[in-house]
Amino acid sequence: MTKPLNNRAWFFVLPVFAIVAFSAILPLMTVVNYSVQDTFGNNQFFWNGIGWFQELLDPSSQLGEQFLSSLMRTLLFSAIILLIEVPLGIAVALSMPREGWTVALCLVLMAIPLLIPWNVVGTIWQVFARGDIGLLGWVVNRLGIDYNYTGDPIDAWVTIIVMDVWHWTSLVALLCYAGLKSIPDAYYQAARIDGASRWAVFSTIQLPKMRRVLLIAVLLRFMDSFMIYTEPFVLTGGGPGNATTFLSIDLVKLALGQFDLGKAAAMSLVYNLIILAICWVFYTVMTNVDAERERIEA
Amino acid sequence: MSGTIAVGRSDTKSIAAPQAANRALSGPRVTGRVVVMTLYLLFLMLPIYWLLNMSLKTNMEITSGLTLWPREITFDNYIKIFTDESWYSGYINSLTYVLINTVLSIAFALPAAYAFSRYRFLGDKHLFFWLLTNRMAPPAVFALPFFNLYSAIGLFDTPWAVALAHCLFNVPLAVWILEGFMSGVPREIDETAAIDGYSFPRFFIKIFMPLIASGVGVAAFFCFMFSWVELLLARTLTSVDTKPIAATMTRTVSAAGMDWGLLAAAGVLTIVPGALVIWFVRNYIAKGFALGRV
Repeated sequence: MTKPLNNRAWFFVLPVFAIVAFSAILPLMTVVNYSVQDTFGNNQFFWNGIGWFQELLDPSSQLGEQFLSSLMRTLLFSAIILLIEVPLGIAVALSMPREGWTVALCLVLMAIPLLIPWNVVGTIWQVFARGDIGLLGWVVNRLGIDYNYTGDPIDAWVTIIVMDVWHWTSLVALLCYAGLKSIPDAYYQAARIDGASRWAVFSTIQLPKMRRVLLIAVLLRFMDSFMIYTEPFVLTGGGPGNATTFLSIDLVKLALGQFDLGKAAAMSLVYNLIILAICWVFYTVMTNVDAERERIEA
Repeated sequence: MSGTIAVGRSDTKSIAAPQAANRALSGPRVTGRVVVMTLYLLFLMLPIYWLLNMSLKTNMEITSGLTLWPREITFDNYIKIFTDESWYSGYINSLTYVLINTVLSIAFALPAAYAFSRYRFLGDKHLFFWLLTNRMAPPAVFALPFFNLYSAIGLFDTPWAVALAHCLFNVPLAVWILEGFMSGVPREIDETAAIDGYSFPRFFIKIFMPLIASGVGVAAFFCFMFSWVELLLARTLTSVDTKPIAATMTRTVSAAGMDWGLLAAAGVLTIVPGALVIWFVRNYIAKGFALGRV
């Protein structure tokens, strides 16, 4: 059934448009404005044209090298996060109890990490992974593995990844669980009659039915891991050295730390464009999946 | 591809497979599922337990050696937070802007979600995508311009600044969730109400709202959640009067060293509001996380 065309619906959308535009377009204009200027403090600005962008996208310059390396770190981080959290989330969703009071208990416990302020997540892991007073760090060191997330880059990476898995896997799991719940019992009965194996049930019934929510999960997890700031900032502060300096940490350092507004603004725009481009691909895939499903159902 | 392989295999195992499927599909028994779930929940709860454990210890006990539970339980850290105004006002400030943001987001998103779910209009798809892209905008990009903007209009260091700034990502999310729930309500209901002589506002409040009540609850939950956990913007847009609790927590670093117990107690208290909210919406959580689109 197609929706009727009615341009007066714009009146309903107008308030949302106004409030989001106020928070999105005005600041964006400020960023664009900064990105073409240079400042030496004292509120004095000089026209710099596309200079910052040229420097940013040229890997042989200092700024360009810094940008490229944080971009690579951020992409690597997002890739690792998706590779771990999506399969693990599916496994946890499949392990959910079917009925009874344990369902509510599991849901509530799983959702708790999602509702902890992000800097507290950082604090929890900062303490938990410390060698002297943290359980994790203490146990790992006792096992004879030399582990110190403030000194060793690999340890820092592992800690941040484990922290993110702890923080966000539940989101993937809850989404998948919602997808699983929507499968009618008749499908399982049919599978049982056909004598389908556990794997066949998973790959031909459960996985296709979860495709829609999995896309949402991948989209949300990609975006949020690509934008991650607070948790690694609290945990490692971007260190040791620059080992865990992701794009957003770099950006905030430039803008609020060194007050290099022009560079930071140019970086923001490029950063935003990357996210926008990837987001558009996801969105197109998602709407196509929807359209396909509607065609099949019709 | 995998489907055909699986079917081929199920032919060869036609006797054993139904039992395997039965076992996989029914009933609680100590199987791999229970093990996975238990291990996962244990993994989730251990760091939180450690925080709770630390918050009930004295700093002496924390730094003098590792103990798995507090030898002498002390509530001093909590008492300090609840009696010192500079501490508990942080919680009040945070809750204030979170609640303002939740109410604003839902109020603005309701009519827009209705428009998206019921009508096609000029530029609707582009508008929807544009709204979503704001959910994807890194707060780091906006921190400084927001500071300038809200200073310029005199809202800096008020809960309204943070509430409005959080609308940037919460309003699109609320529109998205509500649109999903509203599309599940058949359009015939709107038409029948119109024939019965309901005016639009009366129809919306009396008939439509109760039908999507769970959607509103879920959307409010998500707005609460994302506003409560965000810190970068909240800290940038406040200084003295409305400092959020997350920023207050940095005070535990002092010249005399870290006050671990107090930090842990403050951390535990930031988990409480979230846990309470989850408990209220636990039956809708699964559907809500799929944004009403399953």
